Amino acid sequence: MPIKMLDGNGAAVEAIRLVRPGVIAAYPITPQSSIAEHLADEVADGRIKAEYIRVESEHSAMSACVGAQLTGVRAVTATSSVGLALMHEVCGVTSGCRLPMVMYVVNRSLAAPWSLWCDHSDTMAERDSGWLQFYAGNVQDVLDLYLAGIRISEHPEVLTPSMICQDGFFLSHSMQKVNVPEDDTAFGFVGSYQRRNMYLDPEDTMFVNDLTPTDDYGEMRYQQMVGFRNAARVTEEVFAEFEKTFGRKLEVIRPYMLEDAEAAVVTMGSMSGTARYVVDELRKQGIRAGALQIVMYRPFPAEMIARALKHVPVIGVVDRSAGLGGAQPPVCTEVTAALHGGTNDIRSFIGGLAGRDISNHSFERIFADIIAIRAGKTNTHCQWFDVKVNAMDIRTVSGEEES
Amino acid sequence: MYKIVAKTDSLVTPGISACQGCALELIMRNVMDVLGSDTVLIIPPGCSAMFSGSGIEGGVKVAGIQGNLENSAAIACGIANGFKNQGNTHTKVVAFAGDGGTVDIGLQALSGAMERNENILYICYDNEAYMNTGIQGSSSTPSGASTTTTPAGKLGHSKDLMRIVMAHDVPYAASASVANLPDLRRKVHRARETQGTSVLHIHSPCPTGWGYHSSKSIELAREAVQSGAWLLIEFENGEIRINQEPGKLGDIDAYINGQKRFRGFTVEQREQLKKDIIARYQAIRAAAQV
Repeated sequence: MPIKMLDGNGAAVEAIRLVRPGVIAAYPITPQSSIAEHLADEVADGRIKAEYIRVESEHSAMSACVGAQLTGVRAVTATSSVGLALMHEVCGVTSGCRLPMVMYVVNRSLAAPWSLWCDHSDTMAERDSGWLQFYAGNVQDVLDLYLAGIRISEHPEVLTPSMICQDGFFLSHSMQKVNVPEDDTAFGFVGSYQRRNMYLDPEDTMFVNDLTPTDDYGEMRYQQMVGFRNAARVTEEVFAEFEKTFGRKLEVIRPYMLEDAEAAVVTMGSMSGTARYVVDELRKQGIRAGALQIVMYRPFPAEMIARALKHVPVIGVVDRSAGLGGAQPPVCTEVTAALHGGTNDIRSFIGGLAGRDISNHSFERIFADIIAIRAGKTNTHCQWFDVKVNAMDIRTVSGEEES
Repeated sequence: MYKIVAKTDSLVTPGISACQGCALELIMRNVMDVLGSDTVLIIPPGCSAMFSGSGIEGGVKVAGIQGNLENSAAIACGIANGFKNQGNTHTKVVAFAGDGGTVDIGLQALSGAMERNENILYICYDNEAYMNTGIQGSSSTPSGASTTTTPAGKLGHSKDLMRIVMAHDVPYAASASVANLPDLRRKVHRARETQGTSVLHIHSPCPTGWGYHSSKSIELAREAVQSGAWLLIEFENGEIRINQEPGKLGDIDAYINGQKRFRGFTVEQREQLKKDIIARYQAIRAAAQV
């Protein structure tokens, strides 16, 4: 298995090449752009035998992919941030038509204000769009989760599209050592595309996605729910087969030092390695710290998370999106629901917005808070752990009285 | 209960739930008759969605998808490229959208498809407002026409789809009218033979939205062609042809007097519309002679 130096976007292009798509529809957006560019190179040089549609928007990218995949080929696009937001309407068509498309999302903040940098607000806004969601922790994950995602999404009992999420810049532009499978091994693993359920074929006609009366709509949503339920099982099967084929372990959640943990953090994406590093440091000081990385966010592996965390007295859940107005931000809401009825003290932390680095010092602060709560020294914590103390003084609305 | 049995070779099912006197159904039956069964349709929400069907009942016998209101052209591009990638170069991929789904919300996707010269046929049936949602004004609504969102008559001009399309220099584009079916059918045939993007813009009088008796659809469509309110033109290899000269250019009285949507027309508005029609004809005439 050749080892290459690739950034996340480079690994994404390799993965896409390996699954042999028939149509690529791409629109550039930072930090996804190098995916759109390099896919064009791959097609121009004949390494990918696909039609490349240089679409005029992300909305059209997803629309073209819906049309293409309905004809019986793998259709590929990738996006970020407001591009994903523009796709939103059509994302629901993809999932509702049970098209097992797999799409890279390079996570970036939503506007306003404008930001080019990473947080999870774009994909969190799509968490109820009927797509599976997997969050890569490193560049190897970026490649591996795509190959696995194809198998999971296309499974006849799942037929649900997937977003493979990678943190903008932290992963998309970070060069790392990546095992790239041989073409035949990878294609042998994913197999050729089989159209199922809905398709467009002049020889075998059907009209897809017509007006559906109340009589059937709820039932079709119920079918999607069953697809999600099956995805939880199928993911574990596919991850096991992936390990057998490629020798690398993929996990739905990555528990770390949780067995005897007194305090643990829950993370997603590229911050997770830093969390494990800080756990190691704390363990050297005799502090029983632990960490849990969520890789599969949709379907949310609630039971698995409950089993991993139920004995941990204090838990800090780090959300890389603000979740404005919610009882808790999205990841914390789900973790809290998973542990409902338990005795865990669950604390929400919000940070790393717009690419603000979640460093070892960030986790040291978070752990300091939850360890103090565990020790009974305090009952409060700092939820917005990396926001400046003068947050209310910057960019004040014009006309507001200066205090 | 009676069991209703209908036998037809038509690709459009009998019993379409169009309004009485709707020109759209006649257009669709002729379009599908020329296109044949090796066709995939993309139909957005709107009046033409009655051909998509409802629930388990279909409205056409060809394969198709009901897309979103604004992405008919983009879905068509995806389908055409999917077929191409699998070696299918014979199936015609046809978007069939109204004026709202074309000149308003769908213009961006259509423009992109035309710029890339995608191998699709895009048909816009134009009834000059959002009829299916209840006669709201669109950018194709003529100046002065009353709709539920332009109750005092629309201010400003209507968008000129044909000139927008011709500015993209597509291989083939034509306007057609339900009043001249042989011409319409010839143009559908020509579009079907075209490699690359072809666009048809078809006038579709609407008794419900325009406010006239349902027996008058063809008559009004003919008045529109004869007065120049709807020009029958063709654009091919960069050249414009006028297919039928307006016999009474600018004489719009018989056309608009029969329609309630123009009931509040002032003398000035009427004169302005006449001027606009003559000016557009002359501009296209001049371009056609180059």
